[in-house]
Amino acid sequence: MILIYCELTENGQIADVSLELCTKGRSLATQLGTGLEALVCGNQLKDIEKQLYPFGVDQVLKADDARLFPYRTLPHFALLSQVVKERKPDVVLMGATCVGRDLAPRIASHLRCGLTADCTSLEIGSYEDKSKNKQYDNILYQIRPAFGGNIIATIVNPETRPQMATVREGVMKKEILDQNYKGSCIQLDASKYLKKEDEAVRIIAREIEQRKINIKNASIIVSGGYGVGSRENFEMLHQLAQVLGGEVGATRAAVDAGFAEGDRQIGQTGVTVRPKLYIACGISGAVQHRAGMDQSGKIISINTDPEAPINAIADYTIIGDVCKVVPQLIACYNKNKK
Amino acid sequence: MNYQIVVLIKQVPDTQNVGPDAMNADGTVNRAALPAIFNPEDLKALEMALQIKEQYPGSVITVLTMGPERASAIIRDALSRGADRGIIISDARFAGSDTLATSYALACAIRKIGEFDMVLGGRQAIDGDTAQVGPQVAEKLDLPQITYAERLLELNGKHIVLTRRLDNGVETVEAELPVLVTVTASAPDCRYPHAHLLLKNAKAQAEIWNADAIRPEIERLGLKGSPTKVKKIDNVVLAHKEGVQVECSEAGINGLVMTLVQDHIIG
Ligand SMILES: Cc1cc2nc3c(=O)[nH]c(=O)nc-3n(C[C@H](O)[C@H](O)[C@H](O)COP(=O)(O)OP(=O)(O)OC[C@H]3O[C@@H](n4cnc5c(N)ncnc54)[C@H](O)[C@@H]3O)c2cc1C
Repeated sequence: MILIYCELTENGQIADVSLELCTKGRSLATQLGTGLEALVCGNQLKDIEKQLYPFGVDQVLKADDARLFPYRTLPHFALLSQVVKERKPDVVLMGATCVGRDLAPRIASHLRCGLTADCTSLEIGSYEDKSKNKQYDNILYQIRPAFGGNIIATIVNPETRPQMATVREGVMKKEILDQNYKGSCIQLDASKYLKKEDEAVRIIAREIEQRKINIKNASIIVSGGYGVGSRENFEMLHQLAQVLGGEVGATRAAVDAGFAEGDRQIGQTGVTVRPKLYIACGISGAVQHRAGMDQSGKIISINTDPEAPINAIADYTIIGDVCKVVPQLIACYNKNKK
Repeated sequence: MNYQIVVLIKQVPDTQNVGPDAMNADGTVNRAALPAIFNPEDLKALEMALQIKEQYPGSVITVLTMGPERASAIIRDALSRGADRGIIISDARFAGSDTLATSYALACAIRKIGEFDMVLGGRQAIDGDTAQVGPQVAEKLDLPQITYAERLLELNGKHIVLTRRLDNGVETVEAELPVLVTVTASAPDCRYPHAHLLLKNAKAQAEIWNADAIRPEIERLGLKGSPTKVKKIDNVVLAHKEGVQVECSEAGINGLVMTLVQDHIIG
């Protein structure tokens, strides 16, 4: 069985990242010939299971208790770890969000099982351990870029269960399987799972902010890398984005250098985007970056280096200095726009 | 009131300065060719510890890392910024540890250090970005965890109040000690080393503990204790698109913009 740990939005809906994982989980479960279950922990969940069935969830496990919303590590840990022990899923998938990245490792530590963070792809396959001369079938391939150069690692947990992975929002596609998909729902009695010690950390204030930066849904993204050179030069990218009606994205190198805010980071450990147009300015095109943008409709690369890897996936390449090309783009656009 | 604080630190390859010799021919990372630095968020955790020590001068800060002996460099750095004691756990039997085996070894070492009020660490290390070791150490020591911490607001006897920087805002939480806290990138920067401490620690040696010293169950260490296995490493072959080379001139750029406007991609 495959289990999805579902997160809730501020207004009590199932978060997109969890629905995306349900879609992925459904196709993996079908391939394995097994069921798909989803755990939802929250408060006043009403008939939240109805949001999940259309994604092909066979069984929703629902824990409804005031102690479960907003999210806190220990109460959710108590529920998820017990549910995993009771139901023994082969695979547990969670969002690589502030919640999933807080909860998943604690669960994996408790169950002494493997966990792979920020997967960019999940598949089913076999694994042969040559040293033990052992063959394992129906193993979850947890695929993610690996550190150093353009390499992708396929990671497996042959011996331990469940096989756990986290995935960022936007990496998997959210797709309704069948509006009338028939699933069932089990109500869990939260008080059976929660102990007094789970209240060790108390939330005394919460300031929820609408995300100021929303590059996920932008149809045009002007993205800058380390080659842009400075925060001041990044201003030009903001100007270009503004005239085109787009948003500004960045690489991790640009974020680390302080040229742009962390929320703008695109890539394996940032946001995944699929805009109509992606303008990569001073970006080399490391595999971790490409993982977040290579599904873009059209890609323009502006780079002084004709050999930069990003050029290989670009539809248009301009070999030149960002500081010269970007102002020219703005000027030409203002001249040509309808 | 004095506090016993353990800060988990890691020496990491500087991923910002990856040169062409960063990779071995077989696709593995050539760590020796990369400059090694103090993991940036671990420095932020150290700063939080130093703030506590400033307020409660009798507090003791022990920095702990798992790694090769050359990690002495970051131990010396931490001592020069005001930490009191530095320990490296280092042993060939730790080789091949994933986060589960790493957190197990660190938890054993923390138990050996003895009484503590809090364990601090960076949210994640830049060579993996997994953010797993902190919560896994917390689970192993049966401590509540506070991840993504940004600011320490209050520390009063056994009572701690911190803000957390999350995807969708800021949360203020309180807990009783002991706790494990992971500190995020937006937390205050670490203060610089003191000149006199730099001098004093120029040749300081970290205490080095081997696997036996931390009294582990040996089969939970290293490769054996690591459930995750790398099945394969693939070089990414870029599906080369037949891209258009746009001349870097006003005429070239103008032509591109006109094409994009015509194709309804912009405008
Ligand atoms: C665990 C892990 C996770 C990571 N996650 C991400 C992620 O989510 N997102 C991400 O982006 N990275 C990520 N990275 C980092 C990634 O490996 C690269 O280091 C990073 O993407 C490089 O950013 P860059 O292209 O801006 O910088 P560089 O690689 O330094 O490239 C700069 C480019 O600018 C060009 N240039 C220089 N000057 C100019 C100029 N004046 N005009 C035009 N071009 C110029 C250069 O030719 C070069 O191609 C991750 C790394 C690790 C280890």
